[in-house]
Amino acid sequence: MIEAANISKSFGEKEVLKNISVQFEKGITNLIIGRSGSGKTVLMKCLVGLFNVDKGNIFFDDRDFSNMSIKEKRDIRQELGMLFQGGALFDSMTVEQNIMFPLSMFTKKSIEEKLERVNFCLKRVNLENSNKLFPSELSGGMIKRVAIARAISLQPKYLFCDEPNSGLDPMTSGVIDNLISEITHEYQITTVINTHDMNSVLEIGEKIVFINNGELWWGGTNQNVLKTNNKELNDFIFATELTRRLKK
Amino acid sequence: MLKPIGRYILLMLRVFKKPDKVKIFRKQLFTEFQSLGTDSLGIVAIISVFMGAVVAIQTAYNIDSPLIPLTMVGFTARQSMVLEFSPTIVSLILAGKVGSRIASEIGTMRVTEQIDALKIMGINPPNYLILPKITAAILYNPILIVLSIIMGLFGGWLACIVTQLVTSQDYISGLRYWFEAYTIFYALIKTVVFAFIITSISGYFGYYTTGGALEVGRASTKAVVFSSIFIILFNLILTQLLLA
Repeated sequence: MIEAANISKSFGEKEVLKNISVQFEKGITNLIIGRSGSGKTVLMKCLVGLFNVDKGNIFFDDRDFSNMSIKEKRDIRQELGMLFQGGALFDSMTVEQNIMFPLSMFTKKSIEEKLERVNFCLKRVNLENSNKLFPSELSGGMIKRVAIARAISLQPKYLFCDEPNSGLDPMTSGVIDNLISEITHEYQITTVINTHDMNSVLEIGEKIVFINNGELWWGGTNQNVLKTNNKELNDFIFATELTRRLKK
Repeated sequence: MLKPIGRYILLMLRVFKKPDKVKIFRKQLFTEFQSLGTDSLGIVAIISVFMGAVVAIQTAYNIDSPLIPLTMVGFTARQSMVLEFSPTIVSLILAGKVGSRIASEIGTMRVTEQIDALKIMGINPPNYLILPKITAAILYNPILIVLSIIMGLFGGWLACIVTQLVTSQDYISGLRYWFEAYTIFYALIKTVVFAFIITSISGYFGYYTTGGALEVGRASTKAVVFSSIFIILFNLILTQLLLA
């Protein structure tokens, strides 16, 4: 479980996160939703330690991440996997080298063992036989899948996904969503997904938190997100004419 | 003014840490030898040959007095190449070629979140990305400068032969005249300092790039400009310290 306790973060005069407390459960997909600029990416970057929080604490299974030494943080980071919006694959490396990279850095596995793990991860994301391709040769959906394969190569306890569907067509988005959901349940990972894609919210949102203007506005599941009377959340969900018509 | 200096020092403190995996560092070092060193051999050789040739021709044309022996052409070419042209001018050219490459490579990694990916994996990105480049340049640039000196002296000799301004014998005796090995040491010290300046300043501008493609281009330009300014500045300081 990941817990953010009363965290605040400002950039200059602008307070982006205001005293947020939230828990993300193990073995389910936890979604952070909100408008662009609401602070959800900053929240995720605070959770993974890319930004230091100004106030509050972040706990990974009761381990206080915000007050750890650099070495302790490094140990925790090896338990984290992250899927970035653009994939963040290393351009100079092939698919195989990208996935093998964390294994080479943090394990003492032989080259055969590493290769076996790489092939397993690639198979898991349905990308067998693409070992020797470079990121520039991959489509948007393939990049996301390779990034997932890299994120799970070290068998992480925590998986963070920053807008995994951005730039993808609805069909590929569905594939990525299902893949993340399957991996979460299969390996009992604590998964946190940052999204404003309503399909993802309804399909895989087992726990949803809605961030508005840097504040935690609403929490629930995909079962009750459509039934809520929260005005800001309704404005967000039913922002388009199509969704409003569907609601009626 | 003080903020960038502080940030640069803090970055260097993170760069000069023990690499996470020596085996991977060694592999990266050889990659950087190739991209920062071997790939620059061609441009260094061409520029040096022409610089040596120009120095030799200009010196030969400016010797009017019959009291000055023509061996001075070789002597002047050697002193110019060893003391100034090879270590300083070639380093300035490398600041343009290698510096822009480093800043744009690291800057692109920054804006495409590749550096964030490294950090999340628990890797020290400055150490992983910048240390191999600094080490490779410090080890390889002296080789480039020695090659530049040799090619420059060869260019001077070739110019003398082709233009028939100075005989081969006079030129070679000039090269040998009053040679002090310390000048080579001085050139190499300068080269090592300049190599550090180029790679660390370019790494700094690349690492702190924010935004998109436009900012990567700006970081690349700044890297070349600031590396060049600091090379010129340290050229003066080192000359005063080592030759005065």
